[in-house]
Amino acid sequence: MATAAPTEKIGRLERPAITGVLVREVVNFSSYWRAATFSSTVEPTIYLLAFGFGFGSLVSRVGGFSYVQFVGTGTVATAVLFSSAFAAMFGTFVKYQFQRTYDAILAAPVDTEELVTAESLWIATRAGVYGCVPMIVAIFFGLDPTWGMLTVPFIAWLTGLGWANFGIMVAGFAKAIENFNYIVSAVLTPLFLLAGTFFPLTGLPEWVQVLAQLNPLYQCVELVRAAVLYGFEWNDLLRVGMLVVFALLMWRIAIRAMERKLID
Amino acid sequence: MAEELAIRLRGVVKRYGHITAVDHLDLDVPTGTCVGLLGPNGAGKSTTMRMLTAQAIADEGDLQVLDFKLPRDSKQARAQCGVVPQLDNLDVTLTVEQNLLVFSHLYRIGRHDRHEAIERSLELANLVERRDTRVDKLSGGMRRRLLIARALVHRPRLVLMDEPTVGLDPQVRQQLWALIDRLRSEGTTILMSTHYIEEAQRLADTVLIMSHGEGVARGKPSELVVEHAGREVLEVYGPPARLAEVESEAGAAGLKTRRTGTSISILGLDGRNGFGGFEGERRHANLEDVFVLLTGEEIG
Repeated sequence: MATAAPTEKIGRLERPAITGVLVREVVNFSSYWRAATFSSTVEPTIYLLAFGFGFGSLVSRVGGFSYVQFVGTGTVATAVLFSSAFAAMFGTFVKYQFQRTYDAILAAPVDTEELVTAESLWIATRAGVYGCVPMIVAIFFGLDPTWGMLTVPFIAWLTGLGWANFGIMVAGFAKAIENFNYIVSAVLTPLFLLAGTFFPLTGLPEWVQVLAQLNPLYQCVELVRAAVLYGFEWNDLLRVGMLVVFALLMWRIAIRAMERKLID
Repeated sequence: MAEELAIRLRGVVKRYGHITAVDHLDLDVPTGTCVGLLGPNGAGKSTTMRMLTAQAIADEGDLQVLDFKLPRDSKQARAQCGVVPQLDNLDVTLTVEQNLLVFSHLYRIGRHDRHEAIERSLELANLVERRDTRVDKLSGGMRRRLLIARALVHRPRLVLMDEPTVGLDPQVRQQLWALIDRLRSEGTTILMSTHYIEEAQRLADTVLIMSHGEGVARGKPSELVVEHAGREVLEVYGPPARLAEVESEAGAAGLKTRRTGTSISILGLDGRNGFGGFEGERRHANLEDVFVLLTGEEIG
C-alpha cells in the first residue's frame, strides 16, 4: 500500500508539494536541457563578444577596468534576465494554455501558491547557473578570477527569483501570448539597456540615474561588479535588500495573477 | 443505516458572468459505487468536476468530498482522489514511467513505496511494455490508459473521470471500459462524466442526467428507462408528413414520442402489438430516449 510522505509546512507552504513540482521540472529538464542551455547562454555570450570586442576596440577602459572586464561582469544580468523573465513568461503561458500542465498539478494536493513558488525557485536556480556563463567566458578573454566570483551565482539566483516571478506574473495577466510583445518592448528592453551593462550610467541625465536605482538589473550588475572587480561595500546590502523586496513583491503578485488564471 | 457518501453536493451553483453553468445541483456518490454524470456538451459536467478539485469555486451551496469540506479542505481531499481529465495533459516529452514518477511525488508517495506504486499502475493500465516510450510516441488509447494509471498511482479512494473515452475509436473505448469496470469491481468509488449513453448504461450504478447545469433525473439506468420511457419503443420511418401524422396520433393516444431525424420513436408501447396500424421497428427503450424526453435535447 502506498504511503504518503509526511507533511512539513513552511508557513502556508507544504514542502512535499513544492518538492513534487520541482521533481517534475527536474525530470522534464532532462529532456530539454540542451536547448534551454543553448538559448540561455549563447545569446548573452554573443553580446559579450560583440560588445566586448566591437566597442572594446574603441573604448579601452571604463572606470579603470578594461571594457571586456566591464561587459563580462555586466552581461551576467543579461543572462539572468534571458534565462528567468523570458523563460517564466513563455514557459508559464505554454504550460497553462497549451499543455494544461497546471490543471494536472492542481488536481494533486498542490495549491497555486506552492506551484508558483516551486516554479520560480526552479527558474531562479537555472538563472543562478546560466548567469555565470558570460563571466566564465570573459575569464578566457582577460577577466581575472577572484574569490568574489563565488558569490555571483547567489546574486544571479536572487535576481533571477525576482524576474522569474515577474515573468509568471506577466503570463498570469496575459490574455494572449502576443501580449508579451508589449512587456518586452516597453519594460524589459529599456531596463536591459539602462542596467549599466554596456556603458556606465554616469553619462546619462541625473533623473535617469535616479530611476536606474529602481532597476533590479542595475542592482544585479553593480553587485556582480562589486563581487568581481571592486570588492563589496556596505551600501551593497541595500542593493541586496532591493532585490529581496523585488522578488517578494513579484512573488505575491504572481500568485494572485495565477490564482485568477487557474481557479475559476 | 445511512449510506456512506464519498461525494455530497447540495444546492451547488456556479456562474460565469450571466451564464449559470451549474444550477442548484444536488449529487450523492455512495462509497464503492460508480456514478455517471450524463449530459451533452455544456450541461455543466466538467464544471462540476472542476469544483470537486477546487479548480472552480462554487458561488453557492455545500460541497463535501471524502468528508472534507470544499474549498477549505480541498487539498486533503485531492490527496485521496485521482483525476482523469477530459483533455490530455501528460508531459509529452517524458516517458510513461517518468510521468508516473512525477505524479508519485506530487501525490506524496513515500520513497520506499514509489517503485511498487509505479509498477502496479503500469500493470493495471497494461503499459509495462511501454514504460520507456515517450508519451508523444504513444497511440491515443495508450495515452488515455496512462492518464488513468497516473490517476491511480497513489491508490485513491475516489476517482474522478471527466469524459474518459471521448474522441476514441470504439475498440479502444471498449478496452477502457474493461479497465474502468475492473476498478469498479475492486470497490473504487468513481464519478464519471460522459455524453456516451452506452458508457453510462454499462458502467454506472446510478446516473444523474444533467441539462443546462441542472440535475433533471437520477437513478439506476434500467429504472430510469422503465420509469420514463417504458420497456419498448416503436421506431416509425417515413416522409416528414407521415411522421407528423404519427406524432399527432400518438400524442392524442397519450403516448410520448421523440423525433430521431428520419424517424419518430413512440415510447411506452409495452404490451401492445402495434399502434394505429403504423408499421415500424421494435426496440428496447434506452437512456437516450429518457434523456431526450426529459431535456428536449439530443445527445452525442
